[in-house]
Amino acid sequence: MKTAISNALSTSDHASRDRGGKAQPLLSVRGLRKHFLIKGGGPGKPACKVHAVDGVDLEVRKGETLGIVGESGCGKSTTARLLMRLLTPDAGEMIFDGDPVDVMGGLSLRDMRRQMQMVFQNSYASLNPRMSVEDSIAFGPQVHGLGKRESRQRARKLLDQVGLLPDQFASRYPHELSGGQRQRINIARALALEPRLLILDEAVSALDKSVEAQVLNLLEDLKREYGLTYLFISHDLNVVRFISDRVMVMYLGRVAELGDSEALYRAPAHPYTRALMSAMPSMDPLRRTQVAPLDGDPPNPIDLPPGCRFCPRCPMAVAACHDQEPELEALPGGGHSSACLRATEVQAQGRQQEALDQEVST
Amino acid sequence: MSSSTLDASAAHEPLPAAPTKGYWHSVFGRLSRDPVALVAGLILLAILLVGLLAPWVAPVDPYATSMLSRLQPIGSPGFWLGSDELGRDVLSRLIYGARLSLLIGVMPVINAFVIGSAIGIVAGFVGGRTNTLIMRVIDVFYAFPAVLLAIALAGALGAGLINSLFSLTVVFIPPIARVAESVTTQVRNVDYIEAARASGARSLTIIQRHVLGNVLGPIFVYATSLISVSMILASGLSFLGLGARPPMPEWGLMLNTMRDAIYVNPWVTVLPGAMIFTVSICFNMLSDGLRTAMDVKL
Amino acid sequence: MNNYFLKRILYVIPITLAVSFFCFSLVHLSPGDPMDAVVSPDAPSEVVAMVQSAYGFDRPLPEQFALWVSRAVQGDLGLSAANGRAVTSEVFSALKNTLILAIAASMIGFTMGCTFGTLAGYFQGSWLDRLVTGFAVGGVSIPHYWLGMLLVIIFSVELRWIPSSGAGPGSSSDWAFEWAYLRHLILPAVTLSVIPMGVVTRTVRAMVADILAHEFVEALRAKGLAERRVFLHVVKNVAPTALAVMGLQLGYLLGGSILVETVFSWPGTGLLLNNAIFQRDLPILQGTILVLALFFVALNLIVDLAQARLDPRIQRG
Repeated sequence: MKTAISNALSTSDHASRDRGGKAQPLLSVRGLRKHFLIKGGGPGKPACKVHAVDGVDLEVRKGETLGIVGESGCGKSTTARLLMRLLTPDAGEMIFDGDPVDVMGGLSLRDMRRQMQMVFQNSYASLNPRMSVEDSIAFGPQVHGLGKRESRQRARKLLDQVGLLPDQFASRYPHELSGGQRQRINIARALALEPRLLILDEAVSALDKSVEAQVLNLLEDLKREYGLTYLFISHDLNVVRFISDRVMVMYLGRVAELGDSEALYRAPAHPYTRALMSAMPSMDPLRRTQVAPLDGDPPNPIDLPPGCRFCPRCPMAVAACHDQEPELEALPGGGHSSACLRATEVQAQGRQQEALDQEVST
Repeated sequence: MSSSTLDASAAHEPLPAAPTKGYWHSVFGRLSRDPVALVAGLILLAILLVGLLAPWVAPVDPYATSMLSRLQPIGSPGFWLGSDELGRDVLSRLIYGARLSLLIGVMPVINAFVIGSAIGIVAGFVGGRTNTLIMRVIDVFYAFPAVLLAIALAGALGAGLINSLFSLTVVFIPPIARVAESVTTQVRNVDYIEAARASGARSLTIIQRHVLGNVLGPIFVYATSLISVSMILASGLSFLGLGARPPMPEWGLMLNTMRDAIYVNPWVTVLPGAMIFTVSICFNMLSDGLRTAMDVKL
Repeated sequence: MNNYFLKRILYVIPITLAVSFFCFSLVHLSPGDPMDAVVSPDAPSEVVAMVQSAYGFDRPLPEQFALWVSRAVQGDLGLSAANGRAVTSEVFSALKNTLILAIAASMIGFTMGCTFGTLAGYFQGSWLDRLVTGFAVGGVSIPHYWLGMLLVIIFSVELRWIPSSGAGPGSSSDWAFEWAYLRHLILPAVTLSVIPMGVVTRTVRAMVADILAHEFVEALRAKGLAERRVFLHVVKNVAPTALAVMGLQLGYLLGGSILVETVFSWPGTGLLLNNAIFQRDLPILQGTILVLALFFVALNLIVDLAQARLDPRIQRG
């Protein structure tokens, strides 16, 4: 893993860095947990804990795009920052391509960050306003010991690859660019270290729809070109469905449902997922929403209800739901799991509903 | 893959017509188009030059006393701007005085800029308890009005240029550190710092390449706004007999020694003060201009 | 809501201790033996012995500090090294005169500052605005000790209208609200008022211009509200901040008056300090600084609390 940063971007390089073979997950995380302490209101009042990420397991397979969806505040972005170690997790272990991260004898954070990079949501804030585009992209490789000239060459090459003419853009400053152009720069910057895994945290959410589509296409192209693996975080279910092979739904710091993209969207097995989807605007006027969309805000993650944390908003909650927190469990058929006691009933109800809809429309 | 495989329209989105320039380049461009700042800057430059070239510009030796020609009024032959209580030429002393007065007025701010920025940037970047601790200590100095603090320190240490310089430096460190801390805290929480950290850079590298460039500008502007106060205070300490010592030509001290002649030769005695005022107001205007030039949203 | 007030009041304790420590250490900052700093070299030996036991210079520093604080709390700040009188009474009689001067200057500065600031804010961009702004910049840039000399030359030397020094007939301790005393107050007060005037003008101008640009003022005007009512609205919004700024300025004036008092021989803390510096009378220097700084701390507290009462947003922030 400690190879010096190579001078040229090449596909073969990625292949040579693959260690455990195709079957070994690129990234595997167990029991990831992060609580934020909120200062107590005064003497005597204890400090409150916010359960931002509360025991998340996840696995990213080589070459796939794993989507993470959820409402704002569900812990998606915190998860991303924990994975990058921009935040220190309270608990949880991380294994990158067979190497434990940040433990004795494992992969150092610095080496991990060579292989894992991130694109942030705010394209403007994530670029240093006082640095030219070229310097911003070249910063990472320079940090890892690549010469100044070589880093700049790489930056120009990357500019070309993200669809921006190097001669025209290299010496520009962030404020001179459009949002879409800036996000392309951010992607180039993330790619400058030749990572194998790219975390895209709401990377296209702030863009106009037409620009968003262009950037999504760019991401697809880059992925094919370099054999990249994506962790794609968004609140937009349509976008996640478009780009992801598998989708993970998060609710209040926990995984609610996980499954192959098609299976999950066709037959959601968690009431929360179903509610999210019914709130999704449909292109078909005859397929109007039938299930009541979510009302109310997610409960305060400071004092969580006992049992399933979706209970207070769940239309299908039964007494058992209040007693214990359900674990993520595989559904029959494989490739799909849900953290709901009534997962199969949710799916059955969904199918019923669909049949009903079709009847009405014909 | 080449860019042609992509939807290339991103490259054709409209671009601003202005050619790309460095940030400081454009700031000084705007500053030079601000007439008030320009005039203030030129006056300061002239005073600085005259002070530096004093041996060639000054008509006579500023230390040469003459009992026969004491307290001459303005316009006397040989004494264009009159003479002081020891018969020394006021014009020559004003010219030589520019050296010392500018030095003791500007140096404390430069020192405090370096020290205060370092303290504030470290506090802001590290954050947490270290930050709180540092800023609480800084807060203590806010319990004193600036003049009082300067006089307390200089008074206890005793008269002398070094003591005055030290006291004023101490006076200006807390406000600069506070500003430095607050801009650094803002910058620290912006995504590009996280992105830099994500690329594996060490804290020192991040401070050098990403923090300094974004915080030094605002801190610098703030520091320049303090020069005017520093000029007044430095000369004020000399005026109280705490800074420069006789027979040094220094504006504040000249004001003090000539004060007794206020009934004999009133208009000569106010000249050193007019110099302090001119320099002080010019620094204020220059600082205001700089602030405006840098505030423009890029 | 009481939380903020409690916190703010409790915060004064460490600050007061730190300020005391700073003043305490002034004696040790002064070069040479601290004993020489607090007692005159030709003092009789029993006085030297008494001072030695009072300060306890042979004991460790923390103990000395505790000793000093315990005496200060009882109102004993030592004896003047120059004339052997009690520092506390010297400082407080001088403080009275300084307060008279500072309050007079504040009132002048506040009135003028508000007037100028409001005018400039209302007629933003006009020649009046430019004049006032220039005036304000001049006000904060002028060395006030020099302005004092100018005023003396114009009104005392050339015109011979008003006296240039002292606080009035008789000794410095009996000041009264009479013309005989007031005429001595005019020049120093006007001189000192220039700084707060500049600061208040700038603040008020910025705020008035800001408020007038707000949409709610447009809405008030659109509703057909008389201009007088709009003005009242502006006043209501500007007053708390202007008062807070003035409150802090009063504190700065206590420090700033040192130089002006020297120019006018006004028998306040400034003159006391000046003489103390001249005679290297450390106990007086220390005591005066301590009293002024604590006064400033208290003033800050009052301003903060008053502002929090007037503006509920502060408590949340």
